[in-house]
Amino acid sequence: MKKIEAIIQPFKLEAVKEALHGISVQGMTVTEVKGFGRQKGLREVYRGMEYQVDFIPKVKIEVIAPDDKVETIVKTIMTAARTGRIGDGKIFVSPVAQVIRIRTGETGDAAI
Amino acid sequence: MNPANTAFVLVSAALVMLMTPGLALFYGGMVRGKNVLATIMQNFVLLAVIGVQWALVGYSLAFGPDVGGVVGSLEWLGLQGVGAEPFKAYSETIPHSTFMIFQAMFAIITAALITGAWAERMKFNAFLVFILLWSTLVYDPVAHWVWGDGGFLKGLGALDFAGGTVVHINAGAAALAAALVMGHREGYGKEAFIPHNLPMTILGAGLLWFGWFGFNAGSALAADGLAASAFVATHLATCAAVLSWLATEWLVRGKPTTLGAASGAVAGLVAVTPAAGFVGPMSALLIGLGAGVFCYLAVLAKVKLGYDDSLDVVGVHGVGGLWGALATGLFASKAVNDAGADGLFFGNPALLGIQAVAVLVTIVYSFVLSFVLLKVVDALLGLRVARDDEVAGLDLTEHQEAGYSL
Repeated sequence: MKKIEAIIQPFKLEAVKEALHGISVQGMTVTEVKGFGRQKGLREVYRGMEYQVDFIPKVKIEVIAPDDKVETIVKTIMTAARTGRIGDGKIFVSPVAQVIRIRTGETGDAAI
Repeated sequence: MNPANTAFVLVSAALVMLMTPGLALFYGGMVRGKNVLATIMQNFVLLAVIGVQWALVGYSLAFGPDVGGVVGSLEWLGLQGVGAEPFKAYSETIPHSTFMIFQAMFAIITAALITGAWAERMKFNAFLVFILLWSTLVYDPVAHWVWGDGGFLKGLGALDFAGGTVVHINAGAAALAAALVMGHREGYGKEAFIPHNLPMTILGAGLLWFGWFGFNAGSALAADGLAASAFVATHLATCAAVLSWLATEWLVRGKPTTLGAASGAVAGLVAVTPAAGFVGPMSALLIGLGAGVFCYLAVLAKVKLGYDDSLDVVGVHGVGGLWGALATGLFASKAVNDAGADGLFFGNPALLGIQAVAVLVTIVYSFVLSFVLLKVVDALLGLRVARDDEVAGLDLTEHQEAGYSL
């Protein structure tokens, strides 16, 4: 089992969710996050005072998947979240030791 | 006694009352989330603090029987003799108590305006002590000079329809003293002090605009043509100031901002306040146009001058009030209000000089006495919260609350 974490542009969330629905992904967790990468920050102006805002709002999607589905999911997210401009985000894939469904106590792939 | 006038002034008093919670939202949205309650509280609690002060001593000092042109006597302490009978020097057609409660709301909002200068760093106990001293020793005498029966600036012929000098210049000068005495907020110029909730600020500006009709039109003290004229002037100046603030920042910075629209509205309302009952609609438009540009530039200048007036009380109320008071000397016309005077553009340059004197006297008195009072309270209690408390936020450290929780 793997955890796929994707940091994406907030306005791409709907497109990514639809695309993942399209390949029958059963669940995901979404968080509003802030951070910076190569896109750097942005400038905001309040009553003429300019501020450099280093942390830009992004959305983080977490999906847990059996090993054989990981590649498809990653490709789907990449296609749906891409604009081609700096700031499109990143995808991280990491191993998951165990998954347990709280209601039934099922474990492993069956609990995903 | 006239029932229509009485009803109108009572409703106007209620409208002016709403300006203080409106100001609380206007200011509350501009601070960081950790200070939202502390900022709102410093406005809201003044309804109660100055409300009581006004009944006990404030009204008597401001409007009571004159002592040497500088202050009212203590004859009306605790509102003795202030009842249903009109007091003819202020209005022959409304009860004295109606006039008194209308004026109470002015004393409250004026004190509340200053709180923007020290937002995000002042101790609540020191704030309470200072504001009581300020209202009693600065606001009440200045109100007497300009509006009190026998006040010396009134005798000079200075025009201030609804409080450009008494309210806005007075608050602006005190705010400048406060910003200088208190010093910068922790992290000023290094960290981004981004307004945490601009929709709240816009809503507050809307409530201020709404309440200001009571402030300016109500100052006619009668439901008559003069009230309507002041109402129209108030609205037009405000519209013009929104547009001119937005246009200026669009030219200077490339984008029109919502905070700019809200700030422009307040700048226009401030500037038209002394003029509202003395100028025609087209003069009001010009006053508003000037206010949007001058106040925007004043707010920009603050950064260069280096004082931390957190929410721009000096730039908006001080400079807006100054412009409005002088503009009254330019645009006032006896054709609008024959109880007033003609200004420079209507053939009477002397009025501009009288207005300048009233402005100067108020600025000097308010600034100097505010400075001294702040130093005294600083020595007794300390004005600022501890550095760690300032970083943690005043909501938690001064009030043991949070404005927002999960």
